[in-house]
Amino acid sequence: MRELSLHILDILQNSVEAGASQVALTIDEDLPGDRLSVVVTDNGRGMDAGQVARATDPFFTTRKTRHVGLGLPLLSAAAQHCGGGLTVQSTSGAGTMVTATFQHSHIDRAPLGNIRDTLLAFVLTDSVDRPCELSYRHRVDDKTFAFGTAEIRAELDGLPLSHPQVRNWLREFIAEGEAEVYKPEAETSDGG
Amino acid sequence: MAKIKSLEDLKKIREDAQKDIKVRKDTGTRIIVGMGTCGIAAGARETMHAIMEELAKREIEANVTTVGCVGTCVKEPLVDIEQAGKPRITYGNVHPDMVSKIIEEHLINGKVVNEWVVGRLDASGI
Repeated sequence: MRELSLHILDILQNSVEAGASQVALTIDEDLPGDRLSVVVTDNGRGMDAGQVARATDPFFTTRKTRHVGLGLPLLSAAAQHCGGGLTVQSTSGAGTMVTATFQHSHIDRAPLGNIRDTLLAFVLTDSVDRPCELSYRHRVDDKTFAFGTAEIRAELDGLPLSHPQVRNWLREFIAEGEAEVYKPEAETSDGG
Repeated sequence: MAKIKSLEDLKKIREDAQKDIKVRKDTGTRIIVGMGTCGIAAGARETMHAIMEELAKREIEANVTTVGCVGTCVKEPLVDIEQAGKPRITYGNVHPDMVSKIIEEHLINGKVVNEWVVGRLDASGI
């Protein structure tokens, strides 16, 4: 895919399909160590050892509509082409953790891209029958932007995330947070 | 200076929303966007955002949700529109610039945009 944020949206969908009520997404950019990693952890139904072994096989899927499951294989290939790799850890009945690592400066590493739109797409879709809370953390060297939909919902006291004003707030909140982690030291705004 | 957003803002939004008695036009509609690997690769994320923008702009209430791959990957992005008592309509290859017409014709005017339909499920079921 053109952007890593599209792969991320894909993997987040897997967690929802697995029945997860909580998913944690961590994007870690270590510039001195030249490493970028993406970790998605969920509390869904998980996989047994056999399924884990086949998770990156493009012809393995638990879906009934096709015999092809490309999400993990595509991300795995992208990571491997960038001096990195993908690991899947899972415990049946407990959850799954997918870790994709890349050499940060690799010429073939796709940009992270529009992570804001990926987060919004995940968080704003109506999931009354499959509510899934997201914990997000994006670290770039010593700067971190983090938020959790659980805290946001607590503040909203019943008002849905899809309410137009909330949606606009979320869009700007994420845009600002993301911009801050990429600012060089000298330009960081002071105060709250 | 950049606006600093914080969770504090949500308190005000919540209070304002409770005072807001304006009724948004509820179309009793469910919009389902394919968001499997094929959908995402075809641009479904952008299509979904265009749908949410259009609904907000026209102040329409509709339930927007996602679904995984349904098998007709070449037709992605797929957008289903489901309304009680009416056939469930599947639009194919829906790019953001097509969203405005679909929302206006299908949701507001009640006219299916036949040229873009790739599937139709009768209201009675499969």
